[in-house]
Amino acid sequence: MAAVRIPPTLRAEVGGLRHLDARGDTVAEVIDDLVERYPALERQLLEDGEPAPFVNVFLDGEDVRMLDGADTPVRDGATIILLPAMAGGL
Amino acid sequence: MASNTLAPTLLDLVGSTPLVELPRLSPSPRVRLFAKLEGQNPTGSIKDRVAKAMVDVAEASGELEPGRRLLEPTSGNTGISLALVAKLRGYPLTCVLPASVTDERRRLLRLYGAELVESPAEEGSNGAVRLALELAERDPSYFMPFQYANEANPRAHYEGTGAEIASALDRVDVLVAGLGTGGTLMGAGARLRDSFPEITVAAAEPLPGDEVMGLRSLDDGYVPPILDVSKLDRKLLVSNEESVSGLRLLLEREGIFGGVSSGAVVHAALRLAGELDEGVVACILADGGWKYLSAGFWDADDVESAMERSVWW
Repeated sequence: MAAVRIPPTLRAEVGGLRHLDARGDTVAEVIDDLVERYPALERQLLEDGEPAPFVNVFLDGEDVRMLDGADTPVRDGATIILLPAMAGGL
Repeated sequence: MASNTLAPTLLDLVGSTPLVELPRLSPSPRVRLFAKLEGQNPTGSIKDRVAKAMVDVAEASGELEPGRRLLEPTSGNTGISLALVAKLRGYPLTCVLPASVTDERRRLLRLYGAELVESPAEEGSNGAVRLALELAERDPSYFMPFQYANEANPRAHYEGTGAEIASALDRVDVLVAGLGTGGTLMGAGARLRDSFPEITVAAAEPLPGDEVMGLRSLDDGYVPPILDVSKLDRKLLVSNEESVSGLRLLLEREGIFGGVSSGAVVHAALRLAGELDEGVVACILADGGWKYLSAGFWDADDVESAMERSVWW
């Protein structure tokens, strides 16, 4: 079980919740579990069945693209943050 | 830093910043931590390198000529750097900045002679980018260097920041820098990879507070054209609270007064250093803490709420 932090832009799709618990041994399975329970998320999170490029998925604070992407293993008790891409740069 | 030499102009003092070891922050004697103090540039940030390089390239290509006006979206440092370069090279400058930036930065920009246009606070850097692009389209006398898409930005870090670190150190296992436009990480990362092919190039990325994030839609996601995420080996998300704890640690242990992104870089560097048995970690600290003094987070108990509603880097 992983604790998923839902960004404000996606809360309407999950009934206003800020955090959700989701099941899955990999990032892909966790996202599938979310989409199965909240189908409105599909359009926001997936593109051709893969995590969309404009959504950053952070597992315990680290971008999963730099790990094994959607196949990155998720340990029990992990924290996942979904974050829309955005720039900084001062 | 040039010592005992005479500089023809202030712009000749951009770059060649000091690299200092952080022995009191290092988690073990076998892991050495170093910090590149970019706050030592003439206007106090790493953006002096970028501003100077972008104007140099535009002048050399003939794109930027007397009579044109510079325009740039910036939440502070790049504007201040461009203001210095514009002043010494004889161009007026307009900065588009989110209404949420600190007073020091606004005041500094005006003192340097820049004209300010504000974009909505809640749209953050993305809003400033959008508004600046609109202004540039309406008025062709503007020349917009646009650090997010200007190849001179990463090149300044390839030829400057990265090359300086490579010549100062015999070994670098991890490079950590803040992710904003991506210029520092792309340029310095590529240069250090030339010298140290096994290097891990790691980005510290800000986790925005709910209020900043809440008013955006996913469609707003803006990835700077110069940023190629595939060139990064690690990307760590750092909360405001973690950034501030990094800042406090940096000041307490090493006496270095850093800006918000420096705190995030230190936080990420310590996490990565903790994964090493031995090795060398180089951190790039983009600016000092001076321009953030008016912000309420330095002694706040609840850092996250003190920093909500703002873009910090």
